[in-house]
Amino acid sequence: MGGFLNLNRRHFLQGTAAAAIAGTTGIRLAQAADVTIGIVYVGPRDDYGWNQAHAVAAKALQGVSGVKVVEEENVPETDACAKTMESMINLDGAKIVLGTSFGYYAPFMVDMAKKYPAVQLRHAAPLWTPKDPKNLGSYFGYLNQAHFVDGVAAGLSTKSNKLGFVAAKPIASVLSNINSFLLGAKSTNPNATVQVIFTGDWSLPVREAEATNALVDAGCDVVTCHVDGPKVVIETAEKRGAKTCGHNASQAPLAPKGFITGAEYKWITIYKSYAEDLAGGKALPNMVSGGYEADMVANSPFGAGCTPEGKKAAEAAIAGLKAKKPIYTAGLKDNKGKVVMDKTYDNLDPYLDKMDYLLEGVVGSIT
Amino acid sequence: MAEIANQLGTPLAGTRMNDLSIRVRRSAEYIAIPLFALAVSAVLFSFFLLALGKSPADFFQLVIRGGFGTAFSLQNTLQRSAPLILTALAVAVPARIGLVIIGGEGALVMGGFAAAALAIPMVVGHWPPLLTWLIMAIAAALVGGIWIGIVGYLRHARGVNETISSLLMTYIGIAIMNFFVEGALRDLTNPNKPSTMPLGDDYMLGKMPGTDVHWGLAVGIILAILLQILLARTTFGFAVRVAGGNARAALAQGLPVGKLIVICCMIAGACAGLAGFFEVAAIQGRANASLVAGYGFTGILVAFLARHNPIAIIPVAIMFGGIVASGGLIQRRMDLPDATVLVLQGLTFVVLLTSETLYGRFKIFQPPTTGDRT
Repeated sequence: MGGFLNLNRRHFLQGTAAAAIAGTTGIRLAQAADVTIGIVYVGPRDDYGWNQAHAVAAKALQGVSGVKVVEEENVPETDACAKTMESMINLDGAKIVLGTSFGYYAPFMVDMAKKYPAVQLRHAAPLWTPKDPKNLGSYFGYLNQAHFVDGVAAGLSTKSNKLGFVAAKPIASVLSNINSFLLGAKSTNPNATVQVIFTGDWSLPVREAEATNALVDAGCDVVTCHVDGPKVVIETAEKRGAKTCGHNASQAPLAPKGFITGAEYKWITIYKSYAEDLAGGKALPNMVSGGYEADMVANSPFGAGCTPEGKKAAEAAIAGLKAKKPIYTAGLKDNKGKVVMDKTYDNLDPYLDKMDYLLEGVVGSIT
Repeated sequence: MAEIANQLGTPLAGTRMNDLSIRVRRSAEYIAIPLFALAVSAVLFSFFLLALGKSPADFFQLVIRGGFGTAFSLQNTLQRSAPLILTALAVAVPARIGLVIIGGEGALVMGGFAAAALAIPMVVGHWPPLLTWLIMAIAAALVGGIWIGIVGYLRHARGVNETISSLLMTYIGIAIMNFFVEGALRDLTNPNKPSTMPLGDDYMLGKMPGTDVHWGLAVGIILAILLQILLARTTFGFAVRVAGGNARAALAQGLPVGKLIVICCMIAGACAGLAGFFEVAAIQGRANASLVAGYGFTGILVAFLARHNPIAIIPVAIMFGGIVASGGLIQRRMDLPDATVLVLQGLTFVVLLTSETLYGRFKIFQPPTTGDRT
């Protein structure tokens, strides 16, 4: 019996010693890189959508020397995200943490910024105001510019002149994408209309498939979307023989026959600048935003669904956006007949961030 | 005669000493078998890791470091287990009367929403925070209680399967919250995330002194202890157990089975509703879609693993919290997908449920026989 106990104690001591050594080496490894960047995702990294767009940039960032990236996926918008960020700061030595989901910001990232003033926190939506902590900030891209380009190409790739849009919620950023898609299509095809169906939430695959089918049944021969993971919409439309425009990340592999092009974020532009600023000891900007003019959005490579004229017009539209050509011009009306653009607005004008209407030419209602 | 008594587990020569030894043996059984099951699931999971080419030693070391190893990790674990204790109680209490209620998520959402909605006039009217919290908590418990109480009533009065109805009620609850949050009660200053008006810093329920954990943990532990006393030491608890064992026999004895069912369901709903209150008052500061975080569903696992014993729910919830808390570190350090932790949870669940068949099979845990049983 005594021998048994002795053996046990020895094993215990060996075990704790091993654990201690392994623990310290873990910390050393984390500190070996010059800058550790933590990235937190709300869903899986391979969702063909929002999360993947960030993960693609994270992967590209790993190639930059002196940068170590730590990632965590499927982190809900509860105190779990605060704890994840804290864990990255405390256990991984992260110098900057990027929260990529809307609901992470308040109260969680604001609290973390107050608690860890030496750490930089950046959030992927335009929520930071000068009242918030100075080590916190926002970054985002004007994806509606890329949706405008989608519309330009779609307008010349449709036969029925009916375009379909599967949207999650009638909030400003979604409405702006729908309206820009419509204006793009109208710029090349004055007869084009956009029919929109709201599913009600960010990720409802069954309803997204139903909405896609309903749009195709209603005569739409091009379908695009603004939901978290566009995979279901793109695949369903492809199966029904409709053409598609993507959203967030590249869905080209999902639709070899009907893919036209898609609106993509180019987060790597921002992430690289953060890493460079941190490595160089420079202060990080609190607010970074932009569209084509700042290389922060892009369009997916044109697919088999795009006509040559569509491609040509889309490329011209991209050149226009890079030169800050405005999308929203004076006199535009909403689909109830009220003039909503009293003048021509710059593409980054804050007035456009408050959009709560669908433009004339969109079939659908936000209430 | 002695033989029958032995089989029932009540030896005839029942001295106090003997009684104590039986209790110790029984408790030992309830601790040893789950521990054995945990060890088995750890071994099985190690094979899974080896198949992926990862080191099990690294994995379990990270679980310990990420879940319990540092003061930060431990608080992380406790914070994550706080809502699970309450939602597990929402499963365990009806289970004692033989109902499988899996709609705690709905009661949590409805409770949290009620608390947030009711708080708006009080915050606007600058009521004292303490009174506001009290009213919010009572409202959350009441609404949650009524929500699951409906399930119990439907079960008793109309024979509606409580498992299905409670699950479906969850979706109705989420839809009701979304309806108001995106409509009448929407905070218009927040255009991109439909939410109710925020409570503001003055009305946020703080952390427990000296910790980073909110008061939901303390309330959960106290409720678990109170409910254990209620179920094990009172005539109400006895009646519940009789009705849970055999409802017809209980009716024949004159027990108000229907009333007991509805009360158990209301207690359950109140626990989940309180979890919703803490999510709103201590964490989110408002009601929105983030309330639907799956705590109600994880609570089902916790309650089953704890064999519906309120006291056992506390350590099991903390174990779950620890696994989830370390999940992030595992993703980051071992480059494993998030689903790895789900595999561990699933394996543990299956093995623990299987281990239920082991109870009563080991002589060492059984009351000593009096000798005439050969």
